[in-house]
Amino acid sequence: MQIATQEQGQVAIVAVNGRVDSATAPDLENALKKLVETEKTQIVLDLMDVEYMSSAGLRAMVSTLKSVKRVNGDLRVANPSPRVDEVLRLAVLTSIFSIYRSRDEAVQSF
Amino acid sequence: MGRAIDSPMVRTLTVPGRYSSLEPTCKFVAEAAAAAGLGERESAHCQLAVDEACTNIIEHGYGGEGRGDIRVRCDIAPNELTITIRDSAKHFDPDAVPQPNLKASLEEMAIGGLGLYFMRNVMDAVEFSYEAGGNKLVLVKKNPEAGKP
Repeated sequence: MQIATQEQGQVAIVAVNGRVDSATAPDLENALKKLVETEKTQIVLDLMDVEYMSSAGLRAMVSTLKSVKRVNGDLRVANPSPRVDEVLRLAVLTSIFSIYRSRDEAVQSF
Repeated sequence: MGRAIDSPMVRTLTVPGRYSSLEPTCKFVAEAAAAAGLGERESAHCQLAVDEACTNIIEHGYGGEGRGDIRVRCDIAPNELTITIRDSAKHFDPDAVPQPNLKASLEEMAIGGLGLYFMRNVMDAVEFSYEAGGNKLVLVKKNPEAGKP
């Protein structure tokens, strides 16, 4: 799994590439946690290139969402791959996360 | 990591109970799913179920990484894949796992129990038993298009 982070104004964009499972989800969670610790609490998580995600990945996302919401921030999802979209739907998280079709839409939503 | 092709229709894999085993195990299952004639979506379901099962074995069964092996067997039939996962961990009672509350608010939400919920939702059959000093999980996935005109 690879994580690339960039900033666009006040928004931090985190693009994830590869598999997010119990082996790699801690790295994702740590990367998101670092952003929150440095007060980057408007986060777009670009999941276009995530070929696979298990509940471990969802756990990292929910944990981060809780953290940013407490300080009036948000974690918004951009362009989830079909596999990610399916696990989000199975877990009924599509009503918890704001999901956008593109990175630009997600960034502009802030 | 031990891999065998016992017959064209039976494949087995033994992996150490580590999270680094998840990816090769999923690849093993994906290959078996393809051999059974399952499509990409059904293959992804099998991989998800196996990943969640193995994660639970490592985390809850063995109580951590590197404490035991996981044995995965794939029985390949036309348009049907049966996956049997065995461990040598303590007895797992699936009925003792609370159902996830999918209607919980964000603050109340816990992602625990989601692995078992996923397994039951994406596989056609999920059966747990305890025998010979370990847990046995049998997962079945069928091709939903099979038999349709």
